[in-house]
Amino acid sequence: MTERLPLKHLALAALVVATGLTACSKKAEPAPATVAAPAAPAKPAPLKAAFVYVGPVGDAGYTYAHDLGRKEAAAKLGDKVETTFVEKVAEGPDAERVIRDLATQGNKIIFATSFGFGDSMVKVAKDFPDVHFEHATGFKTSENMRVYEPRIHEVAYFAGIVAGRMTKTNTLGFVGSFPIPEVLRNIDAFTLGAQSVNPKVKTRVVWVGSWFDPPKETEAAQALLNKGADVLLQNTDSTAVLQAAEKAGKYAFGWDSDMSAFAPKAHLGSCVLLWGVYYEKALNDVLDKTWKTGATKWGYREGMTDFIKIPDFVPADAKKKVEEVKAGLKAGTFEIFKAPVVDNTGKVRLRKGEVASDKWLGDVNFYVKGVEGKVPSGK
Amino acid sequence: MNEFALLVAATLAAGTPLAIAGIGLLVNERAGVLNLGAEGMMLVAAVAGFATGYATGSEVAALAAGALAGAVIAAIYGWLVIWLNTNQYATGLAVSLFGSGFSAFVGLGLVGKKLEETEVAGVPLLRDLPVLGVALFRQHPVVYLAMALTGGVAFFLHRTRSGLVLRAIGESPVSAHALGYPVRRIRLAAVVVGGTLCGVAGAYLSVVYTPLWVEGMVAGRGWIALALTTFATWRPTRLLLGAYLFGGVTMLQLDLQASGVQVAPQFMSMLPYLATVVVLVLISRNPLWIRLNMPASLGKTFFPGS
Repeated sequence: MTERLPLKHLALAALVVATGLTACSKKAEPAPATVAAPAAPAKPAPLKAAFVYVGPVGDAGYTYAHDLGRKEAAAKLGDKVETTFVEKVAEGPDAERVIRDLATQGNKIIFATSFGFGDSMVKVAKDFPDVHFEHATGFKTSENMRVYEPRIHEVAYFAGIVAGRMTKTNTLGFVGSFPIPEVLRNIDAFTLGAQSVNPKVKTRVVWVGSWFDPPKETEAAQALLNKGADVLLQNTDSTAVLQAAEKAGKYAFGWDSDMSAFAPKAHLGSCVLLWGVYYEKALNDVLDKTWKTGATKWGYREGMTDFIKIPDFVPADAKKKVEEVKAGLKAGTFEIFKAPVVDNTGKVRLRKGEVASDKWLGDVNFYVKGVEGKVPSGK
Repeated sequence: MNEFALLVAATLAAGTPLAIAGIGLLVNERAGVLNLGAEGMMLVAAVAGFATGYATGSEVAALAAGALAGAVIAAIYGWLVIWLNTNQYATGLAVSLFGSGFSAFVGLGLVGKKLEETEVAGVPLLRDLPVLGVALFRQHPVVYLAMALTGGVAFFLHRTRSGLVLRAIGESPVSAHALGYPVRRIRLAAVVVGGTLCGVAGAYLSVVYTPLWVEGMVAGRGWIALALTTFATWRPTRLLLGAYLFGGVTMLQLDLQASGVQVAPQFMSMLPYLATVVVLVLISRNPLWIRLNMPASLGKTFFPGS
């Protein structure tokens, strides 16, 4: 028999390929109230807002927290807004295409939720002067583009207080993603928090070189546990570290969102980001026509971060200490990086009389006293 | 000493999924079929295993479901490349892409779910040995399965008649066909075995090693398993050692960091790959070694009767 050309089957194979390629897709979700809205012609058209996510909304961490924020803001503002999101957008040229597309579709405000979207957004913002652009954790602003960021190191400090009280080996472990100021600040704040209740505490750090690699996060946690660390915190996006601690009968925390359900025995509290308050404000700014460019850094005081679900077995004095710091932050009387701040080589990084400004916080590139090792420089 | 034992234990656990998937891929490559879809198969198996574990609470059922899912995807792949003669490279890549998209889609409802805790018993009596007990005998059964599997496959390939036939098909499908062996069916069987083992490895990741499901959680381990088959010059025991070497370098760099030795994490993450590349280069310095072991028809389409 000679060769047949199985065309039908080839088409089937092509379909299989095509299905695999549609992973990055767009989903629109109207605000809950708009289901009934089109019937009422008197109302003004809703404000169209779009969100660009770097991960999947189902990551149970960073992007999930953004999406909760979007839903919360949309629910509060009802039929005044209509929100859309695009998930799993790669940082780089793809992001520019997506943002441009969203601007062309008539969205009047666009949120880009990852640092790597900044340059793409700057380019698009130039071409759409009447659209408002918002970039999370970025630093580039213009007439119609501004930035926003949570002070997450505050919650790392809360976690530190509980960790310092709960550790038996006086050794804490931190699983870090990349040695950038944002993460170093969390390591330092975590250590300072622990030292505030237990001066003997040491922190060991392991970098995994990724924001998201659950098996690798597990391995890093295991390495820290092997070296005697008994309370872990992570700056990565999955629940792997917490679950590794649970398995080993040690302690850890939730990060970005409430992770208490993953480890009933190991969970000592969750450091959560509540983007909703900011999204509601930003949308209101556009609705009221009061939107102005700038940089927003919000923390516990403004309701953008919180430390929740401390379990009952944590001693009352640690809980009390957390409440005191919370009250201090709310009143504006408490500073996490209070002069003098000394790094682990003995160098004074913040002299008496100086205040940890946003600029100073943005440049943190050292370990405080009590953290072991050297910050990797990449040189 | 105890720290070293813990490092050995972690190395064995880290190398296990690579070893199991690698052994599976080695079997189908020995039959002449290259399946680049390993990552996709592992992801689909990981989600299938997690879903089953979540529904039944049984680890064994979860691993079996992962194996089944891997086998089904591999069978589809096998049908495409063996009977419809599609290009193995392109189809394998398609399976990989399909697997990551499909697993993400069906796994949407499983994100954030938690499996029931299971205790790892280890080997009775031996687990209480000083040092050795910690290093070797407190592992999950799948870790020992990987070792047994390696021995079994090595024996099958090099000491049994069926193994010889399988290798003959990988060397020269035309000759095997002329001798009357059902080349296509045997190749399909080999591909399904490969998929099954990739499935066990994927389910091990999501059910035992990192008990959670999130999309993309296999994080490139399928590709490493594929690289390991070449690294091992298609020899099962070398593959097992390669998997432990990779796992060992991974764990060692994390261990060094935890001890306070700090090098750029980007460099650290590169290290296991670097070690693998170095060994690959050392091996390919001897072309004879590769030529003697590489299945001659690997990746080539076979048309019976042509």
